[in-house]
Amino acid sequence: MDEEYDVIVLGTGLKECILSGLLSVDGLKVLHMDRNDYYGGESSSLNLIQLWKRFRGSDKPPTHLGPSRDYNVDMIPKFMMANGTLVRVLIHTDVTKYLSFKAVDGSYVYNKGKVHKVPATDMEALKSPLMGLFEKRRARKFFIYVQDYVENDPKTHDGLDLTRVSTRDLIKKYGLDDNTVDFIGHALALHRDDYYLDEPALDTVKRMKLYAESLARFQGGSPYIYPLYGLGELPQAFARLSAVYGGTYMLNKPECTVEFDEEGKACGVTSEGETARCKKVVCDPSYLPNRVRKLGKVARAIAFMSHPIPNTNDSPSVQVILPQKQLGRKSDMYLFCCSYTHNVAPKGKFIAFVSTEAETDHPDLELKPGIDLLGPVDELFFDTYDRFEPVNEPSLDNCFISASYDATTHFESTVTDVLSMYRRITGKDVDLSVDLSAASAAEE
Amino acid sequence: MATSGNNSINAKLVLLGDMGAGKSSLVFRFVKGQFLEFQESTIGAAFFSQTLALNDATVKFEIWDTAGQERYHSLAPMYYRGAAAAIIVYDITSTESFERAKKWVQELQKQGNPNMVTALAGNKADLEDKRKVALEAKNCGAPVQEAHTYAEENGLFFKETSAKTATNVNEIFHEIAKRLPRAQPAQHPAGVVLTDRAAEHSRTSACCT
Repeated sequence: MDEEYDVIVLGTGLKECILSGLLSVDGLKVLHMDRNDYYGGESSSLNLIQLWKRFRGSDKPPTHLGPSRDYNVDMIPKFMMANGTLVRVLIHTDVTKYLSFKAVDGSYVYNKGKVHKVPATDMEALKSPLMGLFEKRRARKFFIYVQDYVENDPKTHDGLDLTRVSTRDLIKKYGLDDNTVDFIGHALALHRDDYYLDEPALDTVKRMKLYAESLARFQGGSPYIYPLYGLGELPQAFARLSAVYGGTYMLNKPECTVEFDEEGKACGVTSEGETARCKKVVCDPSYLPNRVRKLGKVARAIAFMSHPIPNTNDSPSVQVILPQKQLGRKSDMYLFCCSYTHNVAPKGKFIAFVSTEAETDHPDLELKPGIDLLGPVDELFFDTYDRFEPVNEPSLDNCFISASYDATTHFESTVTDVLSMYRRITGKDVDLSVDLSAASAAEE
Repeated sequence: MATSGNNSINAKLVLLGDMGAGKSSLVFRFVKGQFLEFQESTIGAAFFSQTLALNDATVKFEIWDTAGQERYHSLAPMYYRGAAAAIIVYDITSTESFERAKKWVQELQKQGNPNMVTALAGNKADLEDKRKVALEAKNCGAPVQEAHTYAEENGLFFKETSAKTATNVNEIFHEIAKRLPRAQPAQHPAGVVLTDRAAEHSRTSACCT
């Protein structure tokens, strides 16, 4: 390893692996190392034995759960928007050929103590029990406005400049009540808090369109897709891309230490007494703990169940959003469930996650409203992890540090961070001009 | 996993073996019919597909090369995932590469699916004068390796190959194709592959006309 590289990447989480892949494809000489003996870092999927070691301090999971390798339990549970930026990156890099995806069966929202299907189109709005008769008609008009809205065609704007009009004012124009606004903002536009109401409406309209277009893409019950065998496949697939383009991979490298020159710029990485030289270092927050600050905390529960989440039409994979206002919280809570249909558990077993941005130090109490929706559980694990963001100046120290994964239900913010890191590392943008409207799913 | 329909079988095939054994050269010979004397380490292409027509079926191999990730033992679990067949390659002029091949057999037994069709290829068979790994056991005193017995004992089928002269290259892929289970019901539900709709359309129209 005593060679010189353009970039040394530390940690094989999804963000680091996408960057490693993009940089190798660009022709840069990349060395990618991880202190663990497995791929994925924080964004890996664990088998039963790994899960029991981590949460129960034992490597003997109960035998009634079935074979360890039949489980792929995500450590950062998220779904992919079918028309979102991660899909764009996958198609752009051709990494899709290493992976298989399936649509997620359902998308639900918690409202006044009950779980409802999320209405995403004007037709669905008319059928939804979430709204009364007159409210449905008003909502339908608003949905049609959003569906027809085209950013560069003023004729579709109905005289409104959405870069100036706030979301609150746009919604007021359609006379929607707070209850409707709540599910539109949180379950369709996927905002995590209520600040969007006073922001220009364009962002919310775009998010609603992304939801509707993603939903239409696979004719599934949700706008989401998810890889077979779990999210841990994603970093592995991008690592393979990097390796195919000459990236060197070393796992199980303890104590990777970044070396700095007299000017304070990163110039290499030492592990096990050997130093590899480099021009730039890319890493997750755990490799440069002195150059990040704590941003918040994610609280999470992992439940093993023998049934789907109740009131979700027996969906084997599903998302349920619990908007903050419904729970009297500052941030939303999410349920995420996957099962044997995505090859993450043996037949008949379901894995559900409840997660939120932590507001207290008691995840078990805080997550209770979500856990109560799961019905009986076979096993339950609680976990919190700190979120970090970089505080360094990459132009001074040549270190490019990713932010920790947030509690959002999908990958949009993850990929936004990756693309902005790529821009800072290379000084150019990734050309993601794949024809997404022409991309679809083919049955294998 | 080998999936089948209308007598056509899709099978993922993975290559294993140490650097320099000639994994990429074998694939290159099989897929392109070519051999490069001074092949660079695998860069840029590590995924090939090739279709073989047999009497009773058409087998489409999706061939995965290691992309250099074998060098520091960093092959990801996804590499083995769903593989229906594997070729473990060693270099007959290197006893070390044969010993390493045995390690790859163990790794495969640990990671791969138990019904996998596995072949052992003793590559560079054209370099007879530099041979270090014997084909058959000999009764002379020297402790020579013998590949044939090892393969038999471990349920592998075995051929010595030469990517350079093309000896046994097509044969080894044909033999794998013949041994793949026919009409095996899919063990897991098949997923969707994200593709470009334009490509999908051209394929659809091609099969409908």
